[in-house]
Amino acid sequence: MTKYILRRLLVSVPVVFAMILATFAMIQALPGGPFDNVGERAMPEQVRILMERRYGLDKPLYEQFFLYLGNLLQGDFGPLLRSTSQDVNDIVGQTFPVSIQLGILSLILGFVIGIPAGVLAALKHNSLVDHTATFVAVLGVSIPNLVLGPLLILIFGVYLDWFPIAFWGANPPFILGFLPRPTVEFWTHAVLPTVTLGTGLSAVIARLTRAGLLDVLNEDYIRTARAKGLKEALVINRHALRNSLIPVVTILGPLLAAVVTGSLITELIFALNGMGRQFVGSVQSREYFLLTSLTLIYGVLLILGNLLVDVMYAWLDPRIRYD
Amino acid sequence: MATERGLDLLDEVSKGDNEGGALKDLTAGPAVSSKGRSPFQDAWREFRRNRIAVIGMTFIMLVTLVAIFAPFVTPYSFATQYTSYSRQKPLTPYIITPERLPDCHWGGTPLQPLCTFYITGSDSLGRDLFSRTIYGTRVSMSVAIVAATVSIVIGSVYGTVSGYASNRVDNLMMRLVDFLYAIPLLPIIILMQVYFQAISRRGIGSEPSLMNSVLELNKLSGGLLFLFIAIGALNWIGMARLARGQVLSYKEKEFVEAARAVGASDTRIIFKHLMPNIVGPLLISESLALPSYIFLEAVLSFIGLGVNPPIPSWGSMINDGYQGLRSNPHLVLVPGIALTVLTLAFNFMGDGLRDAFDPRMRGRH
Repeated sequence: MTKYILRRLLVSVPVVFAMILATFAMIQALPGGPFDNVGERAMPEQVRILMERRYGLDKPLYEQFFLYLGNLLQGDFGPLLRSTSQDVNDIVGQTFPVSIQLGILSLILGFVIGIPAGVLAALKHNSLVDHTATFVAVLGVSIPNLVLGPLLILIFGVYLDWFPIAFWGANPPFILGFLPRPTVEFWTHAVLPTVTLGTGLSAVIARLTRAGLLDVLNEDYIRTARAKGLKEALVINRHALRNSLIPVVTILGPLLAAVVTGSLITELIFALNGMGRQFVGSVQSREYFLLTSLTLIYGVLLILGNLLVDVMYAWLDPRIRYD
Repeated sequence: MATERGLDLLDEVSKGDNEGGALKDLTAGPAVSSKGRSPFQDAWREFRRNRIAVIGMTFIMLVTLVAIFAPFVTPYSFATQYTSYSRQKPLTPYIITPERLPDCHWGGTPLQPLCTFYITGSDSLGRDLFSRTIYGTRVSMSVAIVAATVSIVIGSVYGTVSGYASNRVDNLMMRLVDFLYAIPLLPIIILMQVYFQAISRRGIGSEPSLMNSVLELNKLSGGLLFLFIAIGALNWIGMARLARGQVLSYKEKEFVEAARAVGASDTRIIFKHLMPNIVGPLLISESLALPSYIFLEAVLSFIGLGVNPPIPSWGSMINDGYQGLRSNPHLVLVPGIALTVLTLAFNFMGDGLRDAFDPRMRGRH
């Protein structure tokens, strides 16, 4: 397994390289530059040239690219064009933990609600519980974050006034660089964004768990397990559940992509200082290094996530072995 | 001559298999005597029995009609501003002034009394929110349809060629798909849209060229064209994977071998024998992906990268109303509910189609 993981990581290197190249090229291709305007007015030609020289933007593109790549290898994401007191590393250090915390909390919520709900629906197949769960799940899949967020803010933030409606409750410095201090402030602020992002995830997971378990429950080996007099709980836990989770793991890849997309919107709605909000906020000002770096980080997260999915695959299904 | 007839005959055989295609093993299903009925008819019967899926499909047809005939089902235009009547609550009566009545699409019809109401209120510029929501269906529906078409065309051709081609080509083509799969979709789509908007803002040159006609077309469509390209450009990856898998499972089948034996060309085999067989599962999978296109468009509009104002899109309407959520929640809720209900309808229909066309799902819902 270690060999497999190492090989996959090695294969990812050219992918990451191609991704850096593609995003770099794409962002450079955007018409307009970061120094076109000061506020509302156009920046004087002389100043613009000086600024571009200062950040090396006057060099040939390939030279800029390799410079950026070299800095990346040394762990330097590059300078921030609109600020001299901070660089991209600072921004990433502040925003990456927020996005990761939001994403992980939502995934946890998705599994904690989705799997039991799916199992319950499958075990009580065609009962009222099943129908309710199925319907709620379709509803959960269908309501976009864009709508659920404002709705939750309205109900639980404005009318009931239970939770704060904006900002993330944890600020740097983070424990180990990305973990929040578990204060009351953190949890209360986390509730609404997590539910916004987690609802869709739990609905997808519930649907898949239900379908997977229903499939498995019809298998011969389940009948065998029952026939030999195993307790029902044991049949479900040991024989059925593990196999029924395989389709759930399959969807984990797309699900991770959904977390990336969803966290971007959730950050915008709740004004969280995460990577997505930084990304959208710096698109118009052509913050070259920040944009390239954030896209790169999202991409690497996806690659690592998909690798994790494949490893979990093998763990759940002993027939799958990567050698 | 003989070969020609042989090919036609084979096409017939493939067609038969097509109807059997994804829907095979149907006869094995419980208690369905499929005597004299094609598998498609069986699936259709199954679909119609699923009441909620039928409701979803009917609703979508209705929305399509509403989108086409938007001027007739809305009291006012989506762009006319009555700034002195901004942010009206739902069901507020208009104070009708003589100069406004001619604006109403329903003037002189039995519906005229409705002209005196803000059915769902008005936005910050005093534009009729109901009319804007109805017009918003045009953007959502056209994005859904076009993005789905683009995705299925590129995806199926790419996947089919990849699955049918030699190992080396297949490997190469799938590497590209793997690469695109690792790309964070939304950030890239955002960058594409920023690029498109920047070049269309720069204006259209005078000399005729392909770029200029594209820009012209985009302007005519209110920015929809570039939105189609941005959303459709990368969303075919899943489709390509699915198509490739299907082709791999079909290309060793006897009817393909037979076609090859009588000398059919690769193109002919792909388009006449393989494509018809794999199109069913692709269409069903695509119908399940439709909500995600609508959702992507809404997100882009929410960020301000959607169609050109004043053309209404639900995403931009949510964005407009979002700042005043506390005092005027209806500005967000009305387009938000529209967005949710349409997504719900698409999901109901997609689930119904999948259940009906996949015999394994029979009796499961």
